[in-house]
Amino acid sequence: MRDEVLRRVRAAVATLVLAGLLVAPWVVDDYTAAILARTLALGLVGVSVALLTGVAGMPTLGQTAPYAAGAYASAVLGSQVSDVGVVQVAVAALAGATLAAVTLPLVVPARGVIVLMITLAIGELVVTVLGRWRSVTGGTDGLAGIAGVRPFWGLPVLATDQARYLYTLVVVATLVGAVLLLLRTRAGVLLRAGRDDEMRLRASGHRVPLYLSGAHVAAGAIAGAAGSLLVVAQQYISPADFGFDTSALLLLGVVIGGTASVGGALVGAALVIAVRDWLFGVLPGHAPLVLGALFVATVYLLPTGVTRARRPRPVPAPRPPDVAPTRDRDATPELRV
Amino acid sequence: MNCLLSAEKISVRYGSLAALTDVDLCVHDGQRHALIGPNGAGKTTLLSVLGATTRPQRGTVRFVGRDVSRLGPAARARRGINRTHQRPAVFATLTAIENIEVAALPRTIRRRRWSPGGTRGAARRTAAELLDQLGLSDLATVPAGHLAHGQRRQLEIAMALAGRPRLLLLDEPAAGLSATEVGRLAELLAALPRQVAVLLVEHHLDLVYALCDTVTVLRDGRTVAAGTPDEIRTSPLVRRAYADGVS
Ligand SMILES: Nc1ncnc2c1ncn2[C@@H]1O[C@H](COP(=O)(O)OP(=O)(O)OP(=O)(O)O)[C@@H](O)[C@H]1O
Ligand SMILES: [Mg+2]
Repeated sequence: MRDEVLRRVRAAVATLVLAGLLVAPWVVDDYTAAILARTLALGLVGVSVALLTGVAGMPTLGQTAPYAAGAYASAVLGSQVSDVGVVQVAVAALAGATLAAVTLPLVVPARGVIVLMITLAIGELVVTVLGRWRSVTGGTDGLAGIAGVRPFWGLPVLATDQARYLYTLVVVATLVGAVLLLLRTRAGVLLRAGRDDEMRLRASGHRVPLYLSGAHVAAGAIAGAAGSLLVVAQQYISPADFGFDTSALLLLGVVIGGTASVGGALVGAALVIAVRDWLFGVLPGHAPLVLGALFVATVYLLPTGVTRARRPRPVPAPRPPDVAPTRDRDATPELRV
Repeated sequence: MNCLLSAEKISVRYGSLAALTDVDLCVHDGQRHALIGPNGAGKTTLLSVLGATTRPQRGTVRFVGRDVSRLGPAARARRGINRTHQRPAVFATLTAIENIEVAALPRTIRRRRWSPGGTRGAARRTAAELLDQLGLSDLATVPAGHLAHGQRRQLEIAMALAGRPRLLLLDEPAAGLSATEVGRLAELLAALPRQVAVLLVEHHLDLVYALCDTVTVLRDGRTVAAGTPDEIRTSPLVRRAYADGVS
């Protein structure tokens, strides 16, 4: 019964938030609309982080890499080939997915903290490349004056911050809906199973590395698409948009939102970005400290995040008296599938 | 000698500890083979070698005539070796029925590629049947992390069976179960189709003698005896091997 109530409350909150997001452009000023659009794009990257960290069990600090790949692909394409939004989103997703695919051999064999370190390194590498490859990326100055997009063939170019925000909202809602649907299929169940107990999943004959690869490429595509939205929202991008601080904030947001929850990731990422921007004004220079404290508090007080305070608590396993502690499931050298 | 599974000269060392030394084992098609021995004898280690979660320093594992020594756990499972763990391993956030469905998928995907309702439907039917046989139907939608220890153990057995194994490796399936649950487990194992071979590690010797036709005794990582339950029951060697272990 409590679960039922909880579900209804959550659905009601989600509906309210969505309604709020829909009317927002008529309520807020241009500047805020632009900020909101950017926050939505970051929230979508947060969703990709949640997909990897919470659902698939691969904690990542590197989703800024496909995000950047998508953003630059979209910006370059926008100024040279097509100004149609859906085309740019598709190309950006492809760029993000491709980058994720290229890094698969590094990411998929790794586990736990090692994944964090590797993905962090990939993210940093991408930022460095963006800074150096001046002819295409404009170097650390970034790309400015990016042409506006028309959402679809035959539609006008988005000319106001409000219009750009609504476009972002529609794309984010569509993609988040797609992710939620995907997670309800067998793919979602298998990813969660792998996170719960990877060895058990293998012992049943599943090709776990294949699933992790799929999740990683899908997350790359989502982050890439978000990159395209950032370009629309800001009309300017530079390597600074994809630095380590962004990765760290996203992971923080996802942890706050409850790692395995896609909606939570959106809320968490938005919350963290808002807190950062707000603190930046109130307490110049101290924002990282406050966010760090928030992170520690979250991890200790709400191990499953704010959107998911309840979770199955394992019943402690009584050890039968005649059985010595077993070690057969860890610490032994493992064969490759 | 025509073994479904044969392990030849398996040796596993953990540092200076020899967990297994030159162990040979042969399980025939459809055989009910028990592996017994005192605590620390190396029974679990041997199952892990067969299931490919532990790599032996030496030795070969053959299954259906093929050398599978270099195959990982998933590949061996797909060939028909399924196992349970001494500490039950289940997917804690998935419901009981989802756990079995997931375990059933690799086989159903191959068998019923175009079945109506898709592979998931087939996997779900298998899962429901198995839950029913184990008397766990009421718990179908409970997350596995909520289940009691004995229920989790039974759930893992159902998961191993859902993979339609040719060889089922069971590591102390009766440990921590109530008398009723042990009875149901014995029935379930006795009713397994004869195509399924079972390698059973178990301290409940009553269960072993009731179910198995062959018993291998391990001690200190070596095979000390093998034979029919009657031979083993009366062997002085086995009594001595067990003297400082469990009853
Ligand atoms: N990962 C490991 N690292 C170090 N030593 C290990 C490891 N796994 C098992 N051992 C040791 O190897 C020996 C055999 O252990 P194993 O678990 O195979 O015994 P067992 O016959 O299953 O015993 P039990 O009846 O208690 O389950 C024991 O001495 C154990 O302490
Ligand atoms: Mg054991």
